[in-house]
Amino acid sequence: MSASSLLAQSLVAGYGERTILNDVSLTVQAGKTTAIVGANACGKSTLLRVLSRLLTPEQGEVLLDGNAIHRLPTRRLAQQLGFLPQSPIAPEGITVLELVSRGRHPHQGLFKRWSAADEAAVADALSATHMTALAECAVDELSGGQRQRVWIAMALAQQTDVLLLDEPTTFLDINHQIEVLDLLTDLNQTRGTTIVMVLHELNLAARYADRLVAMAGGNIYAVGEPEEVFTEQMVRDVFGLESRVIDDPVTGKPMMIPLGRHGACK
Amino acid sequence: MNRLTLQPAARFSQMRRVQARQRVRMLAILGAILLAGVMLTLTLGQSFTPLTTVLRILGGAEVPGAGFTVRELRLPRAVISILTGACFGLGGIAFQTMLRNPLASPDIIGISTGASTGAVFAIVVFSMSGPAVSVVAIVAGLGVALLIYMLSWRQGVTGGRLILIGIGLAAMLQSVTAYLLMRAPSWTLQEALRWITGSVNGAQLDQALPLLIALLLFGGLLLSRSRDLETLRMGDDIAAGLGVRLATTRITIVISAVALVAFATAVSGPIAFVAFLSGPIASRLMAHRGSLLIPSALVGALLVLLGDYAGQFLLPARYPVGIVTGVLGAPYLVYLILRDNKSRGTL
Repeated sequence: MSASSLLAQSLVAGYGERTILNDVSLTVQAGKTTAIVGANACGKSTLLRVLSRLLTPEQGEVLLDGNAIHRLPTRRLAQQLGFLPQSPIAPEGITVLELVSRGRHPHQGLFKRWSAADEAAVADALSATHMTALAECAVDELSGGQRQRVWIAMALAQQTDVLLLDEPTTFLDINHQIEVLDLLTDLNQTRGTTIVMVLHELNLAARYADRLVAMAGGNIYAVGEPEEVFTEQMVRDVFGLESRVIDDPVTGKPMMIPLGRHGACK
Repeated sequence: MNRLTLQPAARFSQMRRVQARQRVRMLAILGAILLAGVMLTLTLGQSFTPLTTVLRILGGAEVPGAGFTVRELRLPRAVISILTGACFGLGGIAFQTMLRNPLASPDIIGISTGASTGAVFAIVVFSMSGPAVSVVAIVAGLGVALLIYMLSWRQGVTGGRLILIGIGLAAMLQSVTAYLLMRAPSWTLQEALRWITGSVNGAQLDQALPLLIALLLFGGLLLSRSRDLETLRMGDDIAAGLGVRLATTRITIVISAVALVAFATAVSGPIAFVAFLSGPIASRLMAHRGSLLIPSALVGALLVLLGDYAGQFLLPARYPVGIVTGVLGAPYLVYLILRDNKSRGTL
């Protein structure tokens, strides 16, 4: 599978009268993991929605391998680009197998029957997410971490070169957060899938992403490798927080310790 | 072969085959019950006509006495019951699935009421009859659907707001219907009841053809979208991400469902709660084995056919079918509203 690049050019976008993105341009590097970070309401989810075509920009466009995504046929785009929203809805009683099978939707036509290739893609996605043994379970009986893995499996079954995820670790316990991010890293490394995700947790973003996009006030504050972007100055400007940024003793990536008003040593 | 020794892909294929078989079996059972119901209503009414005689009559033979009863009374009633029931069932499940809420049925959110008010208006004020009434009913149904949609628009439409506005609009439209019926002095009580609760009294075979065409056309349109409809159950964002064209899909579903409900309403009036009940019953029966469109159509047909039979022969007095289905549906509506208050309900 070849890696796909995503390019945002001078995006202006928002909801109704409210403009949220002011002239945002971004190059998402092919085959890399990119994390978008920023304070609440800085436009990071809006940017992701424009990148995934859920929101049409007022100005500018998004190019996927050189083609404007807003002009691509819906089904063809869905074969190349997958999107996982923040809190997807699992229909009551649906099994893991059925839900993951829905990921094949863009590969099926009105009269095209379920094929061996479809079955193989589903089996593959379940195995990559370690959900094969739970294939017959109802999704609503699973734990939060397992459920998130099922949704990722659905996106995997879609077999897209690009995968966009809106806060895939929200509402998860820390062990499940790590599990999900490890899984996405596996996916990126073994399949070369280009991953773009909005992440809340700065330290996890720095640790798991090849590139960080820091956003503030509807604009991109900085883009680059975590070592370049993740500074005390950035944390101050983007989050309004005083902090120390040190090297993570496990990975050597930058990590942030907030100072807070009660942070000084006693 | 032991299923645990199978490769996962082979095991999944086997699971799918089992599911498909169970689905076909359940559809066959529903079809068989429907067929049995038809035989029951054709043979046993106020008098008993043996099945062989019924078949001879349907074959065109003249049987003194029984011929008129079967051909002019029982057969049209059965045919119209099945067709209207199937239309209501399809229209109901389409809305319920698209808006992800069992309360979002066209008969709860005022679309059937709109069609019914439109039909009454056409008959009472303009003295219209026949297909023209159906056209007015459909236009009124679509108009009400559009009105509900616009009234509940506030940077997007949420199911909850749409349902509440629809319920309010339904109440208003019902009073308009009641007012119109009071202004029509020559109206009989029986006719009035048709437009308030729905009835297949006085059903005629020549009403069947437009209904059948509507069912095939708009039902077919819905079926062609059944996979998109299933995908919409996971939320608009997921559906869009999976390549569903949201706007076209929604418009197709709304127009088809409103047309089905309006065509049926124009013939039988808004038979209470059939659209509302069919989907959830079908959902329980099918236990998540694929699309609910055809099962809901079968359940809707059964509800009207058997509800009408019960209203005619099993109860102490004769009631129109809408009274019977209303009695069945009302407790479920109360239950849903109670449950919906506690947690967000879906099908």
